Amino acid sequence: MTFDQIRIILTEKIGAEFVSGEDKGELQPQLNVHADSLRKVCSELLSNSDLYFDFLSSITAVDNGTSVNTFDLLYHLYSIPYNHSLVLKVTIPRGTDESLPSVDSICSVWQGANWQEREIYDMFGILFNDHPDLRRILLPEDWIGFPLRKDYQTQEFYHGIKVENPISN
Amino acid sequence: MSQRVIEFIYKEENLRLSEPNFFRAEDLKPGEMIINLGPQHPSTHGVLRLEVLTDGETVKEVIPHMGYLHRCFEKHAEKLPYNQIIPFVDRLDYMAAMNSEHIFAMGVEKMLGIEDKIPKRTEYIRVLVAELNRIASHFIAVGTYAIDIGAVTPFLWLMRDREHINRMLEWVCGARMLYNYIWIGGLFYDLPVGFEERCREFVTYLRPKLKELQQLVINNKIFIERTANVGILPLNLAINYGISGPCLRASGLRYDLRRVDQYSVYPELDFDIPVGEGQVGTKGDCWDRNYVRVLECYESLKIIEQCLDQLCGNHKRTRDFDPQAIAPKKIRPKAMDFYIRGESPKGELGFFFRSTGTYDIPARVHGRSPCMMNLAVLPEISRGVMVADLIAILGSIDVVMGEIDR
Repeated sequence: MTFDQIRIILTEKIGAEFVSGEDKGELQPQLNVHADSLRKVCSELLSNSDLYFDFLSSITAVDNGTSVNTFDLLYHLYSIPYNHSLVLKVTIPRGTDESLPSVDSICSVWQGANWQEREIYDMFGILFNDHPDLRRILLPEDWIGFPLRKDYQTQEFYHGIKVENPISN
Repeated sequence: MSQRVIEFIYKEENLRLSEPNFFRAEDLKPGEMIINLGPQHPSTHGVLRLEVLTDGETVKEVIPHMGYLHRCFEKHAEKLPYNQIIPFVDRLDYMAAMNSEHIFAMGVEKMLGIEDKIPKRTEYIRVLVAELNRIASHFIAVGTYAIDIGAVTPFLWLMRDREHINRMLEWVCGARMLYNYIWIGGLFYDLPVGFEERCREFVTYLRPKLKELQQLVINNKIFIERTANVGILPLNLAINYGISGPCLRASGLRYDLRRVDQYSVYPELDFDIPVGEGQVGTKGDCWDRNYVRVLECYESLKIIEQCLDQLCGNHKRTRDFDPQAIAPKKIRPKAMDFYIRGESPKGELGFFFRSTGTYDIPARVHGRSPCMMNLAVLPEISRGVMVADLIAILGSIDVVMGEIDR
């Protein structure tokens, strides 16, 4: 099934207002989804028997930088029986240090999202609402900052060990 | 001589602050106990820490703690040109570096739009070395698994056979485990003269050894008693958790990205996809996962033979063949987001790229690690098992911490 067919089926089912647009791109088209309708779109993608996206391959986030002031969240979905794929993109504001940005967790739809969302929280500081267990996963619990943000500054000392960042400019 | 500076300030609560336990001792019910496995325990396959809540011999809950091998792959990748990321990619799954390189190079080539221009000989060499590496990775998986459940001999035998692969790959590119052999747009070098013959010899040597492995380990009564009906992973749970690779196939789904995505020269090659059938226990148990791995070694041998036929036949070595001929000097893809996936020995390895189009360095690279997704199901399938079975289940998932922690 092509991207356009998927989009038509999806918007017929849940209404066009949930989808904010698309980005045809060079190779992989992306479907832009509003942050607040993400979980509804995802559960429809899984439960609709014509779409049936049962395999969540990857979730990742991209920091668009401080000038644009947004994060992109990308969801790569595949359907094993139909062998078609879809990329969902959610753009959320960066928030501030006091109030981290947040988006709905999709653990209730695909349980494989659990650790991937934890990793995104760990690296970007994006909170996932209703996540069953949102803790840091790779970094120590008392690490300061979110390293994959573009404006990340390493702390000077960690438990008395000097933190050297060999790749800082 | 300058004064030596002590750089680490020891405080008793450092460990508790950096990686606190999920369970608290004061919340335990009578009879419950927290057991800490790892991070230096050999049966955890690297530096994985398992926090196990037990009730007597029974596991009530497992909480994996990881990150001890975190090497900031994704942060490093934001500062390096595409071709210089490949050595980092090697170090993700250091048991199967060729497969990771192949998938990474394939992704960047697709972004550059040069994937059709790659010579067939190059592609066949890539598949050949990747399949050799797949066998080596499965040997480590099955060998260390045998150690985990108490048999040391198979590990030594498998390491002996894996040594042949390591030496052959060393002959190809100079390194035994971390190769940097597959380049974007080509290869570091053509195969050395005489490699095809040596490789054929190896295939003839390995077939009976695999048979032996099957008789010695897989069909061994003790092995079956120890692994059948342990750690059953139902198919619907596996798919929902994003499990891939041999673990998914052991649960009974014939799903292999080499077939599904038809990448590289795999559509031209003839091989089967083994699946778990629950021959000695239930479909998707620890025995099935190891059984599928051993059968996959046979299929890899089949692929290697076909690649060798092609490399000696239609795509023979010629004097003017230069594997670096179309490797681009400047790697600058157009502005796009792209996700590539491929079948590594552990499962679906994916790379996500975002390129800006104005810069040789990617704005973001993300590695989708199959081991991490496979490990995520461990707490689910090890509730209520014995502590010894927990080790058996963990080993059968075949995790490599380098890839989980990145």
